[in-house]
Parts: sequence; structure tokens; C-alpha cells
Amino acid sequence: MSVRVQSARFDAGAELNAFSAGLENAGAVVSFTGVVRDREAGGMVAMEIEHYPGMTERAIAGIVEEARRRWDLADALVIHRHGRLVPAEPIMMVATAARHRLAAFEAAEFLMDYLKSRAPFWKKEIGPRDAAWVAAKDGDEAALGRWAAREQ
Amino acid sequence: MIDCLYFAWVRERIGAPRERVETSAATVMELVEELRGRDPRYGAAFADLSALRVAVDQELSGFDAPLAGVREVAFFPPMTGG
Repeated sequence: MSVRVQSARFDAGAELNAFSAGLENAGAVVSFTGVVRDREAGGMVAMEIEHYPGMTERAIAGIVEEARRRWDLADALVIHRHGRLVPAEPIMMVATAARHRLAAFEAAEFLMDYLKSRAPFWKKEIGPRDAAWVAAKDGDEAALGRWAAREQ
Repeated sequence: MIDCLYFAWVRERIGAPRERVETSAATVMELVEELRGRDPRYGAAFADLSALRVAVDQELSGFDAPLAGVREVAFFPPMTGG
């Protein structure tokens, strides 16, 4: 299990290869990469991601721990960046490995849902003349409900 | 003494990322009330508590969380990771 919080750009393909190379007895690997996209209004110059050093690492470790409790994972990887990013750069990635694909898919989705609203990151979209904090969506919080409902 | 940390627009409204606060507040809510009384900047940051989240010693908490023995309280808007 690996969690990295970093400002440096990463190569999602190389990370996935390295993750997959270290696996034993895993029949399924799922990965997701989040990428900086333009604003709906267009003209985005950069995205600035602020985080809470210390709590960020703890929160993500707790989320990964919960995923391991729920699914039999061979391995999991979370990389999340902070600082100034430009459109088309990778923001974050998760990878999960399990014996079977259902566990790998579900655990990856679980990690994504929780990273979105339980890991202390805040995104700001920087335009040529303006900047605005990205607001959390109602759906982000609602997405957690489907996992709570399945809690045994 | 409690370290208060502020993130995103909470930080911008208060004008500082962190500060040490001398307080005898028993709960987070009492700390918020105390800060509101100190300067209008806090009034602007804490105007709508439903738009705020709080972490006590780096764990998400409620505004009713007790502060006894607590070192660090952070205030921020809902998180937007991922």
C-alpha cells in the first residue's frame, strides 16, 4: 500500500507499470487518473491545489485502510498532487489490485469517492483575470451514502 | 493555547494561514464565538457555519467538539480533492 502527496508531476503510465510489476496473485488491476480540465467558461490558466499537511496523509491512509477492510486487496496506490497545475496535467491517481475485478473496481471507486470529500484538498481555478475556489458538489457527499448503505 | 489553522477562502477572509490563540473556550463553537468577537474578519469567515468544516487535531469533527487537551483546530470549506 502506498500513499504519496506531492507537488511534482508524475507519469501515470509509469506508476501503473511499477504498481503492476510488484503484484503477486492479483488477477485484476484498476486505475483512475484525474486530470486538470478547463473551466466551463474556458480560459483556465492554472489550478492551485491547497492541502493540510499532516492531516492529508492521515486522512488518505485512513481511507485506504477502510478500503482494505472492505475488500480483499493485493495492493493499493494513491498519488495526489498539490500546488500549481496547468490544464491536462495529472492531479491524482488511484490504483487497486485484487484477485477479481469486482473488488478492484469497487475499491477504486470507493477510494475516489472518499478522496473527493474526505481528504483535505481545496482546488482554485485561476483564469487570466479572475480566480475562484471550486465548490463541493452535493453529489460528492451523496456518493458517500452508497457506501454507508452497504456497511455490514 | 490552541493553534488555529485556516484553509482556502477561510484563510483568505481571515488573512492568515495559522495563528496561536489564547483561549479558554470549552468547545469549537465557543472558540468560533470568541474569534467572531475579536475582529470583523472572523465574522466574514464564520458567517455561515453550514459552509464550513472543522478538524480537531487533524480529525474531522463537529462544532460541538470539546477542546480540552486539543492542540490544533482547523477551519475550512468542504473539501474538493480527487
